[in-house]
Amino acid sequence: MLKGRAFKFGDNISTDHITPGRLAHLRSDLPELAKHVLEDADPTFSSRVKKGDFVVAGSNFGLGSSREHAPLVIKMAGVSAILAKSVARIFFRNAINLGLPVLICDTDVINDGDMLEVDLAKGTVKDITNGKLLTFGRLPEVMLKILGEGGLLPYIHKHGDFKL
Amino acid sequence: MGKTLAEKILTKKSAGDACAGDIVIAKVDLVFVQDTTGPLTVRQFQSGKFKRLANPQKTAFFFDHAAPSPSRQLSNDHKLLRQFADSMGCLKYDVGSGVCHQIVAEALARPGDVVIGADSHTVTAGALGAFATGMGSTDVAVIFALGKSWLRVPESIKINISGKLNAKVGAKDLVLYLIGTIGADGATYKALEFGGDGLANLSMSDRFTIANMAVEAGAKVGLFPSDKITEAYLKAQGRAKDFQPLEADKDAVYEKRVGIDLRFIEPMVAKPHQVDNIARAKELKGTKIEQVFIGTCTNGRLEDLAIAAAILKGEKRHPDTRLIVAPASSKVLLEAIAAGYIKTLLEAGAVILPPGCGACLGLHQGVLADGEACLSTANRNFQGRMGNPEAFIYLGSPATAAASAIKGEITDPREVS
Repeated sequence: MLKGRAFKFGDNISTDHITPGRLAHLRSDLPELAKHVLEDADPTFSSRVKKGDFVVAGSNFGLGSSREHAPLVIKMAGVSAILAKSVARIFFRNAINLGLPVLICDTDVINDGDMLEVDLAKGTVKDITNGKLLTFGRLPEVMLKILGEGGLLPYIHKHGDFKL
Repeated sequence: MGKTLAEKILTKKSAGDACAGDIVIAKVDLVFVQDTTGPLTVRQFQSGKFKRLANPQKTAFFFDHAAPSPSRQLSNDHKLLRQFADSMGCLKYDVGSGVCHQIVAEALARPGDVVIGADSHTVTAGALGAFATGMGSTDVAVIFALGKSWLRVPESIKINISGKLNAKVGAKDLVLYLIGTIGADGATYKALEFGGDGLANLSMSDRFTIANMAVEAGAKVGLFPSDKITEAYLKAQGRAKDFQPLEADKDAVYEKRVGIDLRFIEPMVAKPHQVDNIARAKELKGTKIEQVFIGTCTNGRLEDLAIAAAILKGEKRHPDTRLIVAPASSKVLLEAIAAGYIKTLLEAGAVILPPGCGACLGLHQGVLADGEACLSTANRNFQGRMGNPEAFIYLGSPATAAASAIKGEITDPREVS
C-alpha cells in the first residue's frame, strides 16, 4: 500500500519541463540534477515533495525526449508512483524499467494536495481527502513482470533474458 | 490477413507471426546512443554486470548534442563515452560528424532493419523503411548486451498522400499540418504508415523530415515503404547493396486512415509551447522574432540549406533577427560549401555552427533571452526547450525560416521572391 500527497500537474508535461536540456551538464551528477525536478512546470515542487508522494498529471505526461533522467529524478525525489490520464510511450517504458509505477486513471477527480492511498495489487486509488475511489488499468504482462522485479536490470539479472 | 509495414518487419525480426497488439522479442540490427543519453546507458550497462556487447560493430556512439562540449561536466561525459566505445570496439562518430539521425540515415540504417536509439528522434530512419524507435538508457543498455528487446507490435494509422506540394511549401508544412490534425498524442503507441501516389513526389529528404516528427504525434515509428526513391538515395550514399524493396500488403489492416492532398498544404507554423498548436504562417504575420534557427535532424539537410539559400541569396537578415544555421552532418556541410550555399548564408548574415544539434535543445549555441521568440526548423517548441522557459519557440519550414529572417517577423515564404 502506497500513501502520500498528490502534486497535481496539467496535460502535456514534457521531459523538458521535468529535466530540461539546459541542465544536460548535470546528468552525471544525479543528486544535483534531481534538485531541479519538474522545475519548469512548478519551481516549488522539489522543495515541497516528500518521500511517498505522488505526481498526478493529465494526459500525455512525459512527452518528448527519451532521456531516462526524467523518470529517474522523479523517483529520486521520493515519488512513489505517477498517476496520469495517459503517458507518452518512451517515458512509460523508462519509468517501469526504473521500477517506478505508472498508473493510468481518471485523474480529474483528484485535487492538488489530496491524500491518496494506492493499492498496486488491487489496482485502486483511494482519495482520502474527498472519499473517491478510482481504479487503474492493468499494465501489459511484460511490464508487470519487469516492475515486479523492481526494474529491467534486476529482471534481466534474474532471468538472464526476456521471458515472455 | 495482410500485414502492415510494422507487422512485416517485426514478423521477420522476431521469427514469429507479429500482429498488432502482440508482444514480441525482436532482434535489433543497429543500436545507438548520443552524448546526453550515453553516459547513463554506459553506467546501466556496468551496473547490470554485463561484460560484452552482442554486436559491437552495430553499436554506435554519437557526439552531437554538446558538440563541441561547452562545459567541463559534458567533456567528462564525452571522455567516458570515448573510453567505453574504444574498449568495446564500437562505432564512434565524434564531435563534428553531425546529428546521430542524419548519420544513421546516410551510413547505417537499412530497409527492414530494427533500429533502436537512446534518442526519441530515432524514428527518422523510418523514412528508409526501418522499424526505428527511441528508448531510454536502461532499455538500450540491455540491447547493447543481448542484441534484442521486447516490443509491442503497434496498430498502424495509414496516412494516404496524394498530389504534389506547391512552390515554397515543404514536407515540414505537411507534417505540422498532420500533427495539428491528429494531435500531439494522436498516434501514441501506434505506427504512422505513409503511402499513396503522392509518395512519388516526396524526396528522401522530405521523408526524413516527416518520419522524424512522427514522435511529435506520440507515434512509436513513422514508416515509409522502401521504393525507387529509397533505392536511388542508398545508391547515392554508396550503399546500393543495402537496398531491399518493402511495402505493406494490399489487404493490411489499419486502425484508421487519414488522407492528405499535398496540393492544399500551405506554409504552417507550430506556435508555443506545443507542436500541435498550429497556424498558417500568413496568420502570424507581424509576430516579431529575435532569432531564426535552421538545422537539426528535422531540417538540416542539403536540400533544406538549398531552400534557405535560394530565398536569402542577395538578401540580408533583418538587423534585429539573428540567423543561426547548423548543417546536420559534415557531409551536408561539405556539400553545402561546394554548392555555394554556405557563402550565400554567410553573406546574408548567418552564423554557421558546426554539424550537430546546435541550438535545438537549449544546451548551448543559441540560447534565447527572456521574452525572445525564435522561428526554428527543429521539431519541438516545448517551454524551456531552447534553454529558457521564458522564451517562445515557433516551428516552421526552412523556407518560412529564411523568409522570416529577412523580414524580422513570421513570414509566409510565398511573400518573398
